[in-house]
Amino acid sequence: MSERKLIDARGSFCPGPLMELIASLKLMEIGQEVEILSTDQGTAKDVPEWCAKVGHETVESGEKDGHWYVVVRKAK
Amino acid sequence: MSKKILIVGGGLAGTIIANGLCRHISTEIRKGDVSITMLGNTDTHMYQPGLLYVPFGKIRERELFRPQRKVLDKRIIFHIDPATNIDVDNKKVTCKSGAVHEYDYLVIATGSRLMPQNIPGMVEGAHWLYDLEGARKMRDALDKFEGGKIVVNVNAPHKCPVAPLEITFMLKEYMEGKGLWDKTEITYTYPIGRLHALEPVAEWAKPAMDAVGIKYETFFNTKEVDPKAKTISSEEGVTLPYDLLVTIPPHAGAEVITDSGLGDGGWVPTNKTKLLREGSTDVFVCGDTTNIPISKAGSTAHFEADTIIDNLASLLTEGRWARDYDGKVFCFVETGLKTGTYVWFNYTTPPNPGAPSQMIHWFKLAYNRLYWLSARGLL
Repeated sequence: MSERKLIDARGSFCPGPLMELIASLKLMEIGQEVEILSTDQGTAKDVPEWCAKVGHETVESGEKDGHWYVVVRKAK
Repeated sequence: MSKKILIVGGGLAGTIIANGLCRHISTEIRKGDVSITMLGNTDTHMYQPGLLYVPFGKIRERELFRPQRKVLDKRIIFHIDPATNIDVDNKKVTCKSGAVHEYDYLVIATGSRLMPQNIPGMVEGAHWLYDLEGARKMRDALDKFEGGKIVVNVNAPHKCPVAPLEITFMLKEYMEGKGLWDKTEITYTYPIGRLHALEPVAEWAKPAMDAVGIKYETFFNTKEVDPKAKTISSEEGVTLPYDLLVTIPPHAGAEVITDSGLGDGGWVPTNKTKLLREGSTDVFVCGDTTNIPISKAGSTAHFEADTIIDNLASLLTEGRWARDYDGKVFCFVETGLKTGTYVWFNYTTPPNPGAPSQMIHWFKLAYNRLYWLSARGLL
């Protein structure tokens, strides 16, 4: 099992959490997971929506310590 | 014992740092206490943002270039000898010629590169303006274009995040100027669910596109281009026909970064306020090369470079840290061929672009010349 990647996009206005995730997924192996941290509440909605559209898997998402997090597994 | 500063990369970031350091530690350099060496890939320095104007015939190519040796302070030792391996454990960099350079402090500023080859059909089917050859080809294609469907396609990751919008609005005015707008349809595609990563910019762009009839397709991550059928398809399942495809190809970092095991995709894991490589206290990273989730833009590199200059100068002369990088980015946004606006933000201040005006467009044109003062570390 490869190590879960972390994208700390807290405070990132541009390119923002979803763009960072898209770029990061291109470098990952199928089955590998990435956790993205964001201070933008929209991330918790946008990322799972996009993953469903494209076919990646949202493993978990939620809020902790004043920020939002989403864990995504690359599925294709 | 003289301290050696080694800068890998002769683009904007490396050049500003090298020249800035010469001014800040001129006494130490004169006494022979510090030396500054730069390893570059070419003898020519290019003003990359000027490429935006090439396809539209709005700039002479020679305005984009200066000899790198003339841009650099004479006290900088400059080798045109690309780095092939960076060994941060043994503090040495090996070059294409076989030369090995040791350092006390290293600055990695190797930038990013276009990777259209990563998307099937993109090289054969698309035009882009992010390098000179591409910009020339796009200029030729626009000369011959007599109307039809133009797709402006944006891929992640890419540098200069506002350029795709600039290209789109400039294309519209260019086609108007040729009297072909009524025969032209522009569709702009973007990877996420709005028209720009910066929400306020996206909120400005949507009604601006609606007002002039520019179409858009969001959540569009390019899967492939079919140059024969002249279509572009997304991972999300949308296929668009085109007569002229203008793309912002996906980018990657420099090969030397991946070859040296310093970061996936050529992006070096970097502390976002210290601008030090994660795990190092003597390796600074600047500009596109970092993996910091921030715009890959000339202004980012510039503000990061200023921070690194202050910290390196302070470490060398007083043995202390000077200041942290606050995430500042400032970008002009051309909103057509005659108007512009700007946007700035940092880690704690969200962007808030103002209304476009001709004055800001002129300011951007002026900066196209003033850039050479930035590169020399004077502005």
